[in-house]
Amino acid sequence: MAFEGLAERLQGTLDKIKGKGKVTEADVDEMMREVRLALLEADVNFKVVKKFIKQVKERAVGQEVLKSLTPGQQVIKVVNEELQELMGGEQSKIAHADKPPTVVMMVGLQGAGKTTTVAKLANHLRKEHNRQPLLAAADIYRPAAIDQLETLGKQLDMPVYSLGNQADPVDIAKGAVAQAKDEHRDYVLIDTAGRLHVDEDLMGELQRIKEAVQPEEILLVVDAMTGQDAVNVAESFNEQLDVNGAVLTKLDGDTRGGAAISVKAVTGMPVKFAGMGEKIDQLEPFHPERMASRILGMGDVLSLIEKA
Amino acid sequence: AKTRDSFAGKMNDLMARYRKVDEDFFEELEELLIGADVGVETVMELIDELKTEAKRQNIKDTSELAPLISEKLADKLDKSGEDNTIQHAADGMTVILFVGVNGVGKTTTIGKVAQKYKEEGSRVVMAAGDTFRAGAIEQLEEWGNQVGVDVVKQQAGSDPAAVMYDAIQSARSKGANVLLCDTAGRLQNKVNLMKELEKVKRVIQREIPEAPHEVLLVLDATTGQNAMSQAKTFQEATDVSGIVLTKLDGTAKGGIVLAVRNELDIPVKFVGLGERAEDLQPFDSNQFVYSLFKE
Ligand SMILES: Nc1nc2c(ncn2[C@@H]2O[C@H](COP(=O)(O)OP(=O)(O)OP(=O)(O)O)[C@@H](O)[C@H]2O)c(=O)[nH]1
Ligand SMILES: Nc1nc2c(ncn2[C@@H]2O[C@H](COP(=O)(O)OP(=O)(O)OP(=O)(O)O)[C@@H](O)[C@H]2O)c(=O)[nH]1
Ligand SMILES: [Mg+2]
Ligand SMILES: [Mg+2]
Repeated sequence: MAFEGLAERLQGTLDKIKGKGKVTEADVDEMMREVRLALLEADVNFKVVKKFIKQVKERAVGQEVLKSLTPGQQVIKVVNEELQELMGGEQSKIAHADKPPTVVMMVGLQGAGKTTTVAKLANHLRKEHNRQPLLAAADIYRPAAIDQLETLGKQLDMPVYSLGNQADPVDIAKGAVAQAKDEHRDYVLIDTAGRLHVDEDLMGELQRIKEAVQPEEILLVVDAMTGQDAVNVAESFNEQLDVNGAVLTKLDGDTRGGAAISVKAVTGMPVKFAGMGEKIDQLEPFHPERMASRILGMGDVLSLIEKA
Repeated sequence: AKTRDSFAGKMNDLMARYRKVDEDFFEELEELLIGADVGVETVMELIDELKTEAKRQNIKDTSELAPLISEKLADKLDKSGEDNTIQHAADGMTVILFVGVNGVGKTTTIGKVAQKYKEEGSRVVMAAGDTFRAGAIEQLEEWGNQVGVDVVKQQAGSDPAAVMYDAIQSARSKGANVLLCDTAGRLQNKVNLMKELEKVKRVIQREIPEAPHEVLLVLDATTGQNAMSQAKTFQEATDVSGIVLTKLDGTAKGGIVLAVRNELDIPVKFVGLGERAEDLQPFDSNQFVYSLFKE
């Protein structure tokens, strides 16, 4: 069955070990095969998985694990620790410029959740940090993209800067920053159109916006359901734009969200926020530790192991 | 035939690096398929089948195995004798319902399908059944303007089932041949939202017993293993009759439809290859299998 958790996956192997006097390297190999499957089913990139398994194996064949009374649980523990390490234990915060406004640019593939995240982040900044953002409608391509942001702006009771869909997105970004300066706003959150990382023209447009307004923060919005392609997307956006962090959206679904690991492991960019629903208050700071056990499909297993 | 040749070419590449059928070769093949998002289980199944077959036929050379690989892959996508064209009403209006999770491309696909029918000379109406997402109605209206098709809508926040009821009456009175129904994106684990979708379908059925003639599940090619869960749950809720695989113009391969096809027996009917009205094509399994191996 797809989406079996790691603990379930390991169960068969663990039962076998139980009856044995000692755990061998072959047993560890078998456990590692199950770990590998669990990670692949969670959409962790296969190259990342390969490297990861090698690393964990080295630790797992070490004496502390094999000689312990609960080798299976110890393996889970090692895997979990290494995953957290890979994802970066510390929580990363959003940038804040010394001299306002702080300019934030939201980028990513089509439909990832950029526009929604702009609204959510605005809400978060006002509620949690007492900041006043200005939203900028720089998606001139998608039908009704501006209407969407304006509707969200109304819901938030926050201003939206727009020049319609005939203007150059670079001018829209510049205009928004100028207005924010005039009105002493703390943040400018720029919504950009969804685009493929291999679309040279549109990626060039993002570079021009970046050049023009020098954002403190470029956030890559990644759909948590993304499969193996997540690394290509993240690497490519990062190479072309030097991205500061990622936002993982749609984590309110039942996806394991292995993309979180892939993105961080391959590009080093920290995941800063998690989207937990469609509503504007459903954005949360990202917690790497929780994500690790979600990817493994562990639920509360880990806390049980910790107690044991 | 051309795509088959090119597919063989890609396989040859793998064959050139691994001449002997051994564990290393199978490992690389496995990685290739997993890298294309083919379901983990389906890949394991396929590799096992290939291993058994290689043993049985005493195949030692990878070049001998190549045709078997593409054959088995294509088999998983194409059930013989199956129809992957759109089902239409015997007489009267054809109703097509579009469903799927958030942001996969439902509304855009409706715009594209509307354009196709329009070109064929059909009279098309679109129903703005996404009353939830900000700007969703306006988005469909823009597509309506662009393609030259009427949109039936109510206010944001209204009951989507009521919109469908309205749309059917209005489309009938306009003498439409095709009604395309947009719905709000919803994650498959949201029980209430899935119930709402069931209701939308029921209302359509009450008005036209054979309708909807198609329920198309839109899947995003960048989606990984979760697409399987999407397909299962949407099928349970709405009895999905076909899949539209969008965003294949990117670098993702959309291999998960192999698993979906294999386990759930839902045919892929269209692929989306861009954001414009003309970027929609009928699904071609050979082409698809070939592109799985494209760098
Ligand atoms: N369930 C859920 N849905 C989300 C989340 N974030 C965004 N969405 C939904 O995903 C869909 C796409 O969101 P948008 O904000 O329009 O995405 P976008 O990246 O701006 O899309 P484009 O501008 O077309 O590239 C919408 O239906 C949103 O409501 C989330 O965290 N959870
Ligand atoms: N590159 C590419 N983009 C696409 C394709 N199909 C849709 N899109 C884009 O994906 C984004 C989301 O498309 P929508 O049609 O709004 O998706 P949706 O499923 O209706 O979204 P919600 O209603 O918010 O759930 C838009 O930016 C579209 O232009 C495709 O085949 N290729
Ligand atoms: Mg947007
Ligand atoms: Mg839509």
